[in-house]
Amino acid sequence: MDYFIELFFSGLTRGSIYALIALGYTMVYGIIGLINFAHGEIYMIGAFTAFIVATVLSIYGFPLLAIVVIAGVAAAVWSSAYGVTIERLAYRPLRQAPRLAPLISAIGMSIFLQNYVLLAQTSDFIRFPELIPEFAFMEPVAHIVGSSDMVILVTTAIVMIGLTCLIKYTKIGKAMRATAQDKTMAVLVGINVDRVISATFVIGSALAAIGGMLIASHIGQINFYIGFIAGIKAFTAAVLGGIGSIPGAVLGSMILGLTESFATGYVSSDYEDVFAFSLLVLILIFKPSGLLGKAEIQKV
Amino acid sequence: MLELRNVNAAYGNIQVLHDINLEIHTGEIITLIGANGAGKSTTLMAISGIVAVRSGKILFEGASVHKLPPEKLVSMGICQVPEGRHIFPALTVMENLDMGAFLRSDTEGIKKDLEYVFDLFPILADRRNQDGGTLSGGEQQMLAMSRALMARPKLLLLDEPSMGLAPLIIKQIFEIIQKINKEHNTTIFLVEQNANQALHIADRGYVIENGVITISDSAENLLKNQDIQKAYLGI
Repeated sequence: MDYFIELFFSGLTRGSIYALIALGYTMVYGIIGLINFAHGEIYMIGAFTAFIVATVLSIYGFPLLAIVVIAGVAAAVWSSAYGVTIERLAYRPLRQAPRLAPLISAIGMSIFLQNYVLLAQTSDFIRFPELIPEFAFMEPVAHIVGSSDMVILVTTAIVMIGLTCLIKYTKIGKAMRATAQDKTMAVLVGINVDRVISATFVIGSALAAIGGMLIASHIGQINFYIGFIAGIKAFTAAVLGGIGSIPGAVLGSMILGLTESFATGYVSSDYEDVFAFSLLVLILIFKPSGLLGKAEIQKV
Repeated sequence: MLELRNVNAAYGNIQVLHDINLEIHTGEIITLIGANGAGKSTTLMAISGIVAVRSGKILFEGASVHKLPPEKLVSMGICQVPEGRHIFPALTVMENLDMGAFLRSDTEGIKKDLEYVFDLFPILADRRNQDGGTLSGGEQQMLAMSRALMARPKLLLLDEPSMGLAPLIIKQIFEIIQKINKEHNTTIFLVEQNANQALHIADRGYVIENGVITISDSAENLLKNQDIQKAYLGI
């Protein structure tokens, strides 16, 4: 039973990280209808930024809590800058173009960023400092759920609640929903659509960066390629839940995380991807719009 | 208040508007009538800054505005209710109205205007927490007009407000248009295929054919004009 619970929590941890990334995919898709393939790279850049900042701060002997907060904020800000710049350079000029053009532009951006980090940081795995200590109060349950799992779960939960409130109640959140639903009308009521799109990239990138920092600290190493794998998995999760749907992205991520975790634990870690993608294939066969996605109704 | 001078507009290589000249004075109800594809909606989209003006000028309260971004035009008081109403389907009635007041920050004024539109259309008050997409066509038209009013427009552009509605609802909508015009001194520019209804509430009218303004006269004279009767009034 302990083993089951352990797998369950490690699945939730995985799912949380996927969710932090998947939200960026799903929000950008909801608002401009584009699969932002460079999003995984944003996550990777977030992890590297956190690594650099945390390393520098620890040399100067900052306390751990300060390091975590400053590195997290720096990663979020820096990744957001990347996200907004990518949108400006690679997607905005192609907004009126056929849908394939920005998609290819996104893949190009992804390859460019990977190689740029490869050149700057080499392809070696870099040891990531352990940012989350073992808490004393977690001692009794430490054999089932680790402190860093707990921190990841709690952080993700707080971020999700914050995001939900932002989208539901704030002016920018309502403007984001309005823009996603009807761009022409959003312009006609005076919403600056370009600014709303930029805001979406900022939020998505910041979430991915936080995810990047948390998982890097959890696993303990990073390299230029981590964004690709995580990006594909999070994208799968977003499609699983119904792309464009925010609760769908979270649900899809958790299901994917748990599936992988149980497959690893009870079958073999060699088969985790087989299970994850089989699940995706099954859901797409029986519910092509994803678990919580709405089938598009075309009114004539 | 609003003046179009030799306005030309095009989608790609297809020119839609040819040297449009129009003039709207404060407090008037002006109607633009014409057949499908004549350029009525394009004229409104050009005024709202969505369709680019190739040449010519649009003046609003004396200032040239055709190069301004759409949100600037809304903040100056030019608001449009587009054809097909364009309700945000998954936003509630309340949220749709909030979006109408997107550029305003005077909480007191917004509250007052909200009371005003709920007074005009009491049904919206009952349905305030319902998603916009669940409303009937007539209710959606009321919501679309209310949303535009929430921006406190000086000039209200209405594109086919009667489209697809039952005759009784159309009558009600047109009465409200007159009421808005009188009570708030809101200038109204009304684009309609339902020329008969439109001319009965308008002060003056323009007729557009293939992107060219062919006739401009008082609504009274247009209703009597035999060509108009034949072409647009079905008499």
